[in-house]
Amino acid sequence: MSAQVLTVTSGKGGVGKTTVTANLASALAMLGKRVTAIDGDIGLRNLDVVMGLENRIVYDLVDVVEGRCRLRQAMIKDKRQAELYLIPAAQTRDKTAVSPSDMVLICDQLREEMDYIVIDSPAGIERGFRNAVAPADKVLIVTNPEVSAVRDADRIIGLIEAEEKGPGQLILNRVKPAMVSRGDMLSVEDVLDILAVELLGVIPEDERILVASNQGLPLVMHGVNGASAGEAFRNVARRLEGEDVPFLELVQKQTFMSRLKSFMGGNS
Amino acid sequence: MSWLDRLLGKNETSGQTAKQRLQMVLIHDRADLPPGLLEVIKDDIIAVIAKHTAIDTAKVEVHLEQDTNENRLVAEIPLLTARARKNGAGGK
Ligand SMILES: Nc1ncnc2c1ncn2[C@@H]1O[C@H](COP(=O)(O)OP(=O)(O)OP(=O)(O)O)[C@@H](O)[C@H]1O
Ligand SMILES: [Mg+2]
Repeated sequence: MSAQVLTVTSGKGGVGKTTVTANLASALAMLGKRVTAIDGDIGLRNLDVVMGLENRIVYDLVDVVEGRCRLRQAMIKDKRQAELYLIPAAQTRDKTAVSPSDMVLICDQLREEMDYIVIDSPAGIERGFRNAVAPADKVLIVTNPEVSAVRDADRIIGLIEAEEKGPGQLILNRVKPAMVSRGDMLSVEDVLDILAVELLGVIPEDERILVASNQGLPLVMHGVNGASAGEAFRNVARRLEGEDVPFLELVQKQTFMSRLKSFMGGNS
Repeated sequence: MSWLDRLLGKNETSGQTAKQRLQMVLIHDRADLPPGLLEVIKDDIIAVIAKHTAIDTAKVEVHLEQDTNENRLVAEIPLLTARARKNGAGGK
């Protein structure tokens, strides 16, 4: 069995690519899969700190590309999971240090030994994006329910189709159910109406994401249950594994009384 | 928005506004036609048609429409009736 390469990208910055990459890679590893996460954000390395592996970096992606180490030496093993690895980005170089064909080569070397390779793409549509997308078998587009983020997601969907990496799947992150209920946030349905793309996950806004990144322990490893972001990430992993997992019911179906209440109390 | 506005169905929610604005923006993004270009196209259309017949220039409209897989440039060009022409109308 050869690994599937998943590239997490978005166009707009700050929508949650690194958070999704860390949690998805961890959740897949927790399902017993062999997973390597690659930080494609060269010059702005972040995945290492979100995964809590920053103190163990010796070699990075650019060292591999420039032949200073073997691929294995740049793979940091996450000791909390049986088969989870990180290849960190270089911090003091820029995106031109790596080419799309370098990325294809590295992923091809890993394919036989892994079940999943998850690549964290930088924001934008330049070289770093093209590097991250080049080896992809599937592109996961992260967006927020916000005009600018959805617009950028649409642009990305067009670009990956042009690169014949389409159609891609959508992860809608930072959904605030209360705001959706009172009509002040685009709903999942609104976003799907606008973007012609398949939905892979809906992740609620969750303060514990920040707590998790403070600690360097991805939320899915915290073992909290209920309709939390961690649960939503675990569901994404199971869907990738081919399971038919229903989407979390984030927005409560409104009763007449609750509607009346939000109606009267609706602030301006 | 106040609850009274909601009761009267007066204002749309900001979520609905967001959706509509996105739909418009994406039609232009996907067609790679900046919205300002439509004004230029409109002026050119008016100039060409007005050479041949009287039109109500103030009511000319040019916009993009989107079907599942097709973007369409739609121009609405109201012709002036003989009566309106006599009264000297021709736009503001
Ligand atoms: N579902 C969520 N709930 C709450 N906070 C979130 C959620 N997802 C992401 N965040 C927070 O949003 C911020 C940006 O997230 P992240 O770094 O993952 O985005 P990014 O797309 O990788 O950014 P960049 O484009 O800079 O690489 C972080 O502070 C993160 O903790
Ligand atoms: Mg990032």
